[in-house]
Amino acid sequence: MSIEVRVPTILRTHTGGQKLVTGEGENLAALFDSLDAQHSGIKARIVTEEGALHRFVNVYINDEDVRFIGGLEAKLSDGDSITILPAVAGGM
Amino acid sequence: MVAHARADHPDEACGLIAGPEGTGEPKRHVPMINAARSTTFYEFDAEEWKQVYDQMWDNDEEVVVAYHSHTHTEAHPSRSDIAIASELGLPGAHYVLVTTQDPAIAEVRSFRISGGEVAEEPIEVHGAPEAVQSYKFAHTPDSTVYDCS
Repeated sequence: MSIEVRVPTILRTHTGGQKLVTGEGENLAALFDSLDAQHSGIKARIVTEEGALHRFVNVYINDEDVRFIGGLEAKLSDGDSITILPAVAGGM
Repeated sequence: MVAHARADHPDEACGLIAGPEGTGEPKRHVPMINAARSTTFYEFDAEEWKQVYDQMWDNDEEVVVAYHSHTHTEAHPSRSDIAIASELGLPGAHYVLVTTQDPAIAEVRSFRISGGEVAEEPIEVHGAPEAVQSYKFAHTPDSTVYDCS
């Protein structure tokens, strides 16, 4: 099973500059483990030590924001496309 | 950017200017929805951000300018602006702040934010300096001049 992942600029330091990488996993948590095995340190930028998604990172399976479809437990299928984006936010 | 900030006042406005990857040239202005709909906080709407990013991906574009407004404070990044941009931000982007606290004068300032550090950078006006001047001085809450291009 191969899952395509679009890597935002800020995380390309972990992928040797690659914009598009592939990984595998039955769900998002497993995918991030597989990515981290090839691109050391990338998982910690996305997932907290407690095992939740960081508040200011957006992850999408195809067009779906994963927060609404199970977060890290969201199931993956062959051919899914994952997009990781920084949340652009701030406050006074 | 200023017109957008005025239109959304008293809420904070936010958006980006995309440009061809690696050029640093701001070409395509994309006003974004502030999902927080707040006078003190902004956040790109996650669904819209994905759509805009898909277009940028297809066009080989990147975010050249990421802007937002402050409606009651100066045009300087706040502590949370800096923290969030430093944790997982847009490393190539100019972070532009517009303040709408004064109804007659829009102050626009630009910054680089990285690793918790903020560096202000000068904004140089190219192409239509007179238009920009008239924009700056003709701008009032009920009369907006859009000729700054």
